[in-house]
Amino acid sequence: MSRISLVAGRIALSLPTIFGVIVISFLLTRALPGDPAAYFAGPTATPESIAEIRHSLGLDRSLPVQFLAYLQDLATGDLGRSISTGQSVLSDLLTRLPASLELTFLALLISLLVAIPAGILAATRPDGIVDQATRFLVTAGVSLPTFFTGLLLLFIFYFKLGWAPSPLGRLDILYLPPPQLTGFYLVDSLLAGDFETFRAALAQLALPAITLALFTMAPIARMTRAAMIAALGSEYIRTARAAGLSRRKVLFVYALRNALLPVVTTLGMVFSFALGANVLVEKVFAWPGIGSYAVDALISSDYAAVQGFVLTMALLFVTLNLLIDILYTLLDPRIAHES
Amino acid sequence: MRVDPTTGEAVPLPAAPQGTQGRWKDAAGERLRLFVYVARGSTTTMLAMAMATLFVLVAILGPAILPFDPLASNPQAALQPPSADHWFGTDNLGRDVFSRVLAATRLDLGIAFGAVALSFVFGSLIGALSGYFGGWVDAVFGRLIDVIMAFPLFVLAMGIVAAAGNTVENIVYATAIINLPFYARIVRSEIAIRREAGFVQAARLSGNGDLRIIAVHLFPNVLPPLMVQLSLNLGWAMLNAAGLSFIGLGVRPPTPEWGIMVAEGSNFIISGEWWLALFPGATLMLAVFTFNLLGDGLRDLVDPRQRT
Repeated sequence: MSRISLVAGRIALSLPTIFGVIVISFLLTRALPGDPAAYFAGPTATPESIAEIRHSLGLDRSLPVQFLAYLQDLATGDLGRSISTGQSVLSDLLTRLPASLELTFLALLISLLVAIPAGILAATRPDGIVDQATRFLVTAGVSLPTFFTGLLLLFIFYFKLGWAPSPLGRLDILYLPPPQLTGFYLVDSLLAGDFETFRAALAQLALPAITLALFTMAPIARMTRAAMIAALGSEYIRTARAAGLSRRKVLFVYALRNALLPVVTTLGMVFSFALGANVLVEKVFAWPGIGSYAVDALISSDYAAVQGFVLTMALLFVTLNLLIDILYTLLDPRIAHES
Repeated sequence: MRVDPTTGEAVPLPAAPQGTQGRWKDAAGERLRLFVYVARGSTTTMLAMAMATLFVLVAILGPAILPFDPLASNPQAALQPPSADHWFGTDNLGRDVFSRVLAATRLDLGIAFGAVALSFVFGSLIGALSGYFGGWVDAVFGRLIDVIMAFPLFVLAMGIVAAAGNTVENIVYATAIINLPFYARIVRSEIAIRREAGFVQAARLSGNGDLRIIAVHLFPNVLPPLMVQLSLNLGWAMLNAAGLSFIGLGVRPPTPEWGIMVAEGSNFIISGEWWLALFPGATLMLAVFTFNLLGDGLRDLVDPRQRT
């Protein structure tokens, strides 16, 4: 089977999941506490006006009919209107999404850059000092409440040492945001050649990204170590060593390339952690992403916004998992031969 | 006693066949001895067990061991740093932080244990049914679990609590739902590989019903890996519940709970009153760390190959 049809197969496989996600998010919308019609009608409403609003919202129709209407709304990108901002939920989410994605991706980059070398080092000398330290840090890492680490870092680096800027958004008010191309301030400011703004944006990003990275490092380091130990113990490594290949070549070309496959698979779980923890980190650092938007919406009972957020996160996660799957298919030549 | 006719020596009567009860007790004793043996070799596991016991004790004793009333405010003594009187200092209303941290143990552990117990029971049930019967049962439950896992789990919990109502019970249910897939998957795969094993066929031929085979013959085989999952899951459930209350879901002030205490204390960090957030946060971290260490220790015991 060719690579392309394999990739197409993966995409087709994710369609039922997306449908399930939409069903669940519809059911969550339907399970709202209280009567939305009475809520929209206000405190002075009469039973007649409530019934009228219920009719105009379509709440008096059967569930399957309502589900079809929900699908129709989704197809046109209508996620409802946010009560607190007065904007459509979709435009609210779209303006905030780049901030969240920039934070999440930078955090994942940091944790990959730290965790993979740590895992490799730990695997080359099992039970050595690096291994012991990694093992302790990995268990400590998954025990960290993200919101608490964030506050701790803020206390040390902002309040005590004064190294970090005040945690109020993506850019200090002295700077103008760079011209929007990708929505990622780091990328946009580099494209505009504005290194001053780049530095300022990076300074704001550093603490939240490190907080998030600390949380996601643990599973990656753990998996890298286990996969490297398995790879280093295999026969092709023995053969490569016996053939007199250099240590570096054996480690990085032969062992690491094989060990990376299981690491790629765990990335799915890591994304799930990261997107969830993202909400807490955004709240701690007043980061203007979709996580803090959802938290504000939750507190003001702005349900359309919360449901829109949950659906967006789920679709984002399904897409990321699909990309991981496709990457895996492309990385592992065995899959094409097997099927 | 009877006398052996060939040697003339007294030999004991052949022991009566042991009931299931006896065999169980032996197996449990064996496992306990093994656990003590392994635990002796690993100081960290011993330490984790001691700390877990301490946490559970504090949760049980709860109100009986508090030095101060966790809800009583005292404006004269507001925002005092840690001292001999107030080990963890006092908060903005003059409440004793140490008492509040201790009092919160029961709620935090209660939410985590309740959620994990629910996902253990229902996850095992779903996993056992789909592993044993396969076919459409497996397909339906499998899809359901896939859909749950298609959400970032903490985000799904947020959505559930928002839709079902902002109460502590709903925090427990939401945490149970997002943890359920892990149990269901373990039980399903462990039961599916044993479905046609010899001992199961023997049980079937001797007239046991399907449900009895699942409960009595198959499920005990799944328990060891499940116990590991259970212990690792406790810490994760605690983090989730505290995270939800940190963003203002579930627990309401003035109820003492670690997540909400960190949230309340975070407003005072910028002005230098670090003890309000530090102690509840550090306690939460320690509790999660304890149960994770314990889970790792249990895993080494159940399956030494999985040591990582």
